[in-house]
Amino acid sequence: MGDARLSLPVRKAAITHISSDLATQISMTERFASDVIDGQRLLDLYRRMVLSRTVDERVWMLNRQGKAAIVASAQGHEAAQMGSAAALRAGDDHFYIYYRDLAVLVGLGMTAKQIMLGFQAKAGEPMSGARQFPLHGGYPQLKIVNLSNVVGTQIPQAVGSALACKMRGQNSVTICYFGDGAASVGDCHEGMNFAAIHKLPIIFFCENNKYAISVPLSKQMAVDTIASRAEGYGMKGVVVDGTDVTPVYQATAEAAALARAGGGPTLIEAVVERYLPHTSDDDDSRYRDKDELEEARKHDPLILLKERLMDGGILTEQIYEEYLREAKREVDEATDYVEALPYPDPNDFFEHVYAYQEGESSL
Amino acid sequence: MREEMSRDDRVFVMGEDIGARGGVFLATDGFYEHFGEERVIDTPLAESSIAGIALGAAMNGLRPIAEIEFADFIYPTFNQIIGEAARVRYGSKGSLSVPMVIRAPYGGGVRGGLYHSQSVETFFAHTPGLKVVAPATPYDAKGLLKSSIRDEDPVIFLEHKRTYRLVQGEVPDHEYLVTLGKADVKMEGDDVTVFTYGLMLHHCLEAARQVAREGISVEIVDLRSIRPLDNETILSSAKKTGKVLIVHEDTKALGVGAEVSAIISEQAFEHLDSPIKRVTGPEVPAMPFSPSLEDVFMPDSDRIVTAIQELAVY
Ligand SMILES: Cc1ncc(C[n+]2csc(CCOP(=O)(O)OP(=O)(O)O)c2C)c(N)n1
Ligand SMILES: [Mg+2]
Repeated sequence: MGDARLSLPVRKAAITHISSDLATQISMTERFASDVIDGQRLLDLYRRMVLSRTVDERVWMLNRQGKAAIVASAQGHEAAQMGSAAALRAGDDHFYIYYRDLAVLVGLGMTAKQIMLGFQAKAGEPMSGARQFPLHGGYPQLKIVNLSNVVGTQIPQAVGSALACKMRGQNSVTICYFGDGAASVGDCHEGMNFAAIHKLPIIFFCENNKYAISVPLSKQMAVDTIASRAEGYGMKGVVVDGTDVTPVYQATAEAAALARAGGGPTLIEAVVERYLPHTSDDDDSRYRDKDELEEARKHDPLILLKERLMDGGILTEQIYEEYLREAKREVDEATDYVEALPYPDPNDFFEHVYAYQEGESSL
Repeated sequence: MREEMSRDDRVFVMGEDIGARGGVFLATDGFYEHFGEERVIDTPLAESSIAGIALGAAMNGLRPIAEIEFADFIYPTFNQIIGEAARVRYGSKGSLSVPMVIRAPYGGGVRGGLYHSQSVETFFAHTPGLKVVAPATPYDAKGLLKSSIRDEDPVIFLEHKRTYRLVQGEVPDHEYLVTLGKADVKMEGDDVTVFTYGLMLHHCLEAARQVAREGISVEIVDLRSIRPLDNETILSSAKKTGKVLIVHEDTKALGVGAEVSAIISEQAFEHLDSPIKRVTGPEVPAMPFSPSLEDVFMPDSDRIVTAIQELAVY
């Protein structure tokens, strides 16, 4: 194996700073420009990306077999999701994710078993007891919240989480993930404005896959980038190549450092590709060009990182094969395990409507 | 609120004009000076995020009291309150909770027109996961608010604007709580029961005093809490008198009165000596501005007196 501490170069164009930087922001940027993710860490991220992709492909297949009711695939988003999560402190920082963020969960250490319980809505599902769609609910051990299917709704909530961190004197950062579609929602504006006013420790992380189901960017906004809006709120805005884990990591690490130092929020726009239809219920041939998809596939974050690691001598064919085998083994095992489980017990149906049972004093 | 903020540093207030202005109804008068701008947060004019941010802060260990300046402006928060706050505990199977209070001045009779007069309790009371409280007296307001702040679930706390000045009453300085979900018999009687809440309590008391002169003995139950309703008190009073009038300012169809009436019909039908009656706001979308029009909307003691008399002779 090559030098595990090898720092891989970031492509110059991969990060674009949008807003006019304040003095503190510039110094932060400079400090972290050298703080590139090391080779060993990248290798580990690659391993997790392989696992996430394997889970993703499996649940999509289970959907086609009628065993998973709905799947929103993260394929094409993995570098953005993993790179950002890796730059934060799992267990300390707060993660407000949305339905497409499978690779955030895998990156934070959730297992294939835990995740697949959700896709098959089986007993013991850890985030909502399978009351919700896959990946939804809460997972306090890792400070993960993903309540809503109402696009954009999580943004003010994440801001509230950051407000609480600030008021409680905690050094935690909140990261709020959302799509390009969510950027149009009023709550996005309200949340960002408040966060900027109070310089809250939050990172707004937009996974721009250029579609809100079928509606392309050109019909969602009249400006070139979502990050350009940051300036209008008085916060920092950054566009990164979201298919490349390194600049994503770097931009997130910078944003987190800025947030922890009291410098306020950053809006990171990670430009990604969505390889599959919006969800398993969608037919993207109705609105998406085959050529466009083919072109997008050339920027597959897994291929990109694999090549980079191979070139750097960090990843070998042998390790690669081992990662694939290991991921397949874990996912096979999870599939069998989950399939054999029952659905949740309806006896719990009425639990957790209120903190206390009706009639009981709550005081 | 002041006592609770002093007692528990997780409690804070947020809303429009609640800082230096002390709130448009002065509910937070002096708070800014006393607790500082960190715990008395003047928000931008953005209701959905007031609720959404309070919700996020509540899930992360604080106990926010968010003020919506007028209940009429609460509609942009529906998604955050009904779609989110109410479902957090259920949708996370108990791993997350939302100990927050949304305060909102509501109600008419204040020449507030279509956008400063409405009653909004039913929208929220329909939703399991929320609690909805509407005190009618200063004593109850303090005790219920303290309980709401200490509650582990989201509470919509509705304060009738007209009661702010119209109603005066003793408020002990000492610490006390009024339990959520418990109605209060504000007047005991034998012939007719009136169920009500908010400003209408005072019109009902006035009406009861009038009919007492005719020898009609009225029992008045102040519901205080609209979700959960106090079924026990409702049923026992209905059984006691056998004649039921429900009075609220909110419009009639599918309102609180419909639910109270259904509870009684389902569980105390054989104790009734007459059909259940309702005196409520009329079926127009909102309360109009001009005095002559507003008066048509607002139920008053005369209408209540008539309804009680009709029931008494039934
Ligand atoms: C408020 C709201 N409107 C519409 C929908 C239906 N819907 C679900 S996802 C989606 C597109 C969201 O696109 P984006 O935010 O870009 O996320 P992506 O799925 O592309 O990752 C739509 C329209 C919804 N869930 N919520
Ligand atoms: Mg999108």
